[in-house]
Amino acid sequence: MSALRRLVLRDLRLALRQGGDAATVAAFFVLTVILFPLGVGPEPALLQRIAPGVLWVTALLASLLSLERLFLADYEDGSLEALALMPMPLEAQVAAKCFAHWLVTGLPLTLLAPLLALLLHLDAAAYPALVAGMALGTPTLSLIGAIGAALTLGARRGGVLLSLLVLPLYVPVLIFGVAACEAAAQGFAARPHLLLLAALLVLAAPLAPFAAAAGLRLALE
Amino acid sequence: MLSFANPARFMRLSAALLPWCAWAAGLFLAAGVVLALFVAPPDYQQGEAVRIMYVHVPAAWMASFVYALMAGASAVGLISRHPLADIAARAAAPLGAGFTLVCLVSGSLWGKPMWGTWWVWDARLTSVLVLFFLYLGYIALVNAFDEPTRGARAGAILAIVGVINLPIIKFSVDWWNTLHQPASVFRLGGPTIAASMLWPLLVMAVGFMLLFAALLLVRMRTALIAARARALQIVANEAGTRAPPRAARAMGPAQ
Repeated sequence: MSALRRLVLRDLRLALRQGGDAATVAAFFVLTVILFPLGVGPEPALLQRIAPGVLWVTALLASLLSLERLFLADYEDGSLEALALMPMPLEAQVAAKCFAHWLVTGLPLTLLAPLLALLLHLDAAAYPALVAGMALGTPTLSLIGAIGAALTLGARRGGVLLSLLVLPLYVPVLIFGVAACEAAAQGFAARPHLLLLAALLVLAAPLAPFAAAAGLRLALE
Repeated sequence: MLSFANPARFMRLSAALLPWCAWAAGLFLAAGVVLALFVAPPDYQQGEAVRIMYVHVPAAWMASFVYALMAGASAVGLISRHPLADIAARAAAPLGAGFTLVCLVSGSLWGKPMWGTWWVWDARLTSVLVLFFLYLGYIALVNAFDEPTRGARAGAILAIVGVINLPIIKFSVDWWNTLHQPASVFRLGGPTIAASMLWPLLVMAVGFMLLFAALLLVRMRTALIAARARALQIVANEAGTRAPPRAARAMGPAQ
């Protein structure tokens, strides 16, 4: 347990030192959300209608930005090989790295989302569903993204390829996340959709590290 | 089963099998088209436009079946390192993508007169579109590495991860309110489609399956021949630099 904790802290420390990732992801999120009112016009009714979708899609794209670097730095300087040789299972290490990745990217997105929802005139009833949905959905995005990041390690044009691989797998999270917000906005219960998001997280949390670890072993061969 | 692992043996078997597959495919497809266009009855509601079903439904069945086959071959390739498994998965992917595209386009052409729209974002159509992009992602991934085995194994993992989409496609019409109709053939309680429509549909389905088998064999044979050609090229290059021992080693089995 403490070894995993040290791995998470190591990743957080590295992310903090590089400084770029959390700020870049957050800035991208804010900027792209701002583009929508500028593009479709400031009419509040229209913005309210598209707010859940815009927030979720831009959160998806923002989290895609930082995925390529999830394993790349460790792969390039050889620490990934060292991690693979440790007595700790590689799957557990992948889970720890996904958790650190979520703390650096998913958590800021979750905290920023309600503030940006103000700019899009999101219905007041939908805020709890938005935050809960993001809190449940962004870890799943980190986990599924880790699979793509591991598989495209060292590939040509890895960044674009990563997006092509990972976005189809993101679709269920997007659908249920938006459905939760829209249900709450219309006065229905968001709970069924949030439960489905939780189910996706529960499915991804044990399974995604296996696929990602298999991809890492492939890259290290 | 391991005796089929030898590429030379596969080449001999597939050379014998391919003409039969191809002719049988042609026969079944021709018979299926005749049955579908002239023998099968028009639908009481849709009239003659229902005949698109005889292309759309077999294509849809093949789209899911080929993905399942691809995932199965990928699993075999990962677990037992069977050399033909990776080749089979790689060969099947563009064929599956083609069937999915035929399914989507024929469905769209059918939807315009029947539903009044070219497209609708219901669960069935969305999940089949996701399947199409999973195919494209797989093809992009296996071609993204200079080393072919790395690409094949990475694609294998991706194919297995994407299998979760298949039950979603199958049960999407049950789990959600979809514009797409629920299952009429593969369902508990047997088919609800009329026998006069079911038989042409099954003939077309068999024709599509045989077509896929023939095309798969052609693609696998081509891949093996290309690998052999590459090995021979290496031999030729090394003979050119006058290094006979290395040339002898390069004459090893085709990848």
